[in-house]
Amino acid sequence: MALLDVRDLSVRFETHQGTVRAVERVSFRLERGETLGIVGESGSGKSVTCLAILGLIPSPPGVVESGAVDFDGRDLLKLSAAELRHVRGNEISMIFQDPMTSLNPLLTVARQLTEVLEIHEGVSHREARKRAAAALGDVGIPHPEARLDAYPHELSGGMRQRAMIAMALLCEPVVLFADEPTTALDVTIQAQILELMGELQRKRGTAIVLITHDLGVVAGMADRVHVMYAGRLVETGTTHALFAAPQHPYTRGLLESVPTLTGDPDAELHSIDGQPPDLAALPSGCAFAPRCELVVDGCRSAVPPLEPVPGADPAAGDRRAACFEVKP
Amino acid sequence: MSALLEVEDLHKHFPVGKRGLFGRPASWLRAVDGVSFTLERGESLGLVGESGCGKSTTARTVIGLQRATSGSVRLDGAELTHMTRAELQAYRQRMQMIFQDPYASLDPRQTVGSILTEPLIIHGIGRSRERKLRALALLDAVGLNPRHVNRYPHEFSGGQRQRIGIARALALEPDLILCDEPVSALDVSIQAQIVNLLKELQERFGLAYLFIAHDLAVVRQLCHRVAVMYLGRVVETAPRDDLYRDPKHPYTRALLSAVPVPDPRVEETRERIVLEGDVPNPSDPPTGCSFHPRCPERGNVPGDRCAVEIPALEELGARRLRACHLEADDGPRS
Repeated sequence: MALLDVRDLSVRFETHQGTVRAVERVSFRLERGETLGIVGESGSGKSVTCLAILGLIPSPPGVVESGAVDFDGRDLLKLSAAELRHVRGNEISMIFQDPMTSLNPLLTVARQLTEVLEIHEGVSHREARKRAAAALGDVGIPHPEARLDAYPHELSGGMRQRAMIAMALLCEPVVLFADEPTTALDVTIQAQILELMGELQRKRGTAIVLITHDLGVVAGMADRVHVMYAGRLVETGTTHALFAAPQHPYTRGLLESVPTLTGDPDAELHSIDGQPPDLAALPSGCAFAPRCELVVDGCRSAVPPLEPVPGADPAAGDRRAACFEVKP
Repeated sequence: MSALLEVEDLHKHFPVGKRGLFGRPASWLRAVDGVSFTLERGESLGLVGESGCGKSTTARTVIGLQRATSGSVRLDGAELTHMTRAELQAYRQRMQMIFQDPYASLDPRQTVGSILTEPLIIHGIGRSRERKLRALALLDAVGLNPRHVNRYPHEFSGGQRQRIGIARALALEPDLILCDEPVSALDVSIQAQIVNLLKELQERFGLAYLFIAHDLAVVRQLCHRVAVMYLGRVVETAPRDDLYRDPKHPYTRALLSAVPVPDPRVEETRERIVLEGDVPNPSDPPTGCSFHPRCPERGNVPGDRCAVEIPALEELGARRLRACHLEADDGPRS
């Protein structure tokens, strides 16, 4: 049985511009100890998916229209606020892009860490402080005892992100949602944090949902990848299979538009024409159709379902794509 | 004939902390600490490095958005650092800038047409009708629909707004455009469009770019030469292919090795140099080579030379410069 089973999740936002369909019928499973990468560009719905699973969609304007999230025999979407708080931080944790906005600037690092332990595990203050220092040490913060009494602004960006990871892992969660965890960091610091996340995962067997726009980060971290476009999953597969033979024209376009350190620097970069769609005015049919090179008439009238890729190698995992033009 | 842009021993220091009795600041943050480079007509030079390395401050000082503390900036041989604002005006026309955030760098209350004709009005170029026609031509040049000339910035997407920023920079037909992280706020698919556009415009108008970026893969796509900065100083410069094929400074090596590769097969097998520690605080830089506390190759330099002596930027083969105490052929080749 999957650790986390998300089925048919749909989220919309009621805005002045009309109804924004941020997530449309997204389903996926997360297995124990694996890293699942969810990639997509701004507005693809990857972050909203994660927030909806964690019960963090502000309402209004957000509405979780439908779906179920099975976790350990419970449907997370049906839990009360108090029950959900217990799950979050205890069994499921999250880290976000900008540690400065997720850490409380008025509390010392020690207080934010010990609070988690006192609330979720009811340990004494003294014990909590000891464990907080150990947690900071685990994420590679030098002289953790000395850093306990620092405020977030006194730490560098990389240190803050480490402190946030320490906080997220304090209660030894089984699932960690990481939403663009290294996007705000410099590349040498990003390398440190990615290495740290990989190491912690190997040690503790935490399953990670890694949400990112960076295909390089996904290639290095994820076992499986799901690609989102305009609120829908458009392609899934193991990281190897998906990068080796992308099926959906959007995935293909995305992979080709990334500049690399090895491609021909004098060749024109492949780019996807046009702009991402307005989620408040989605075209009928496939949302990618207006930018697609392979578009046929049928694409404009019906939304292609996410279906198994014909003839895919069974070793490629659950290989699916949402495109009428994917043929064996 | 001199190079288009010559920057020599440029310094920009900012006061930090309270001013004392005689108006002296507690200390100085040396954001740019002796930077030199040249840029030829039609050439693009990438200025790369991580946050706080001084790359943006260098660009802003070159174009005169802030005064240099010392050093020299020459455009076509004319010294800009001592000019008055009025004198600078004429040179500004030849040197324009594109910013990172296309949302913050366009006035939301101006139409696109007015954004594009404003520089022409300021510099007294053309009559009203000619200026309008020029705005339409500029929109066309950057791949926007000229019929949208009366729209406001909020009616465009991020990528389209960056195109407007580029059109504005082109309005005065400059020789040089300083691009400060022009694609880092954009999504991958849009980023590629803008990179291609910048390349096309360079060829079409013979532009020189000083291209400031932290993304080494983007720089490789756009630049002929690259200068790597660390804590206010240039540590290595080289023609593009040399730098990416065979980086000579340990920091450049680490930086290149830290770039994630969008290919799981490569990611699985490659050895990554993971630097320890953080970028030091520029208001309290380490002694000697400012990279030495993090340098993985420090052990290959005898004694404590790295901790004591600031390495000079020295010639290392054809058109290559490096500031490092390592022997010239030390270290791994890749």
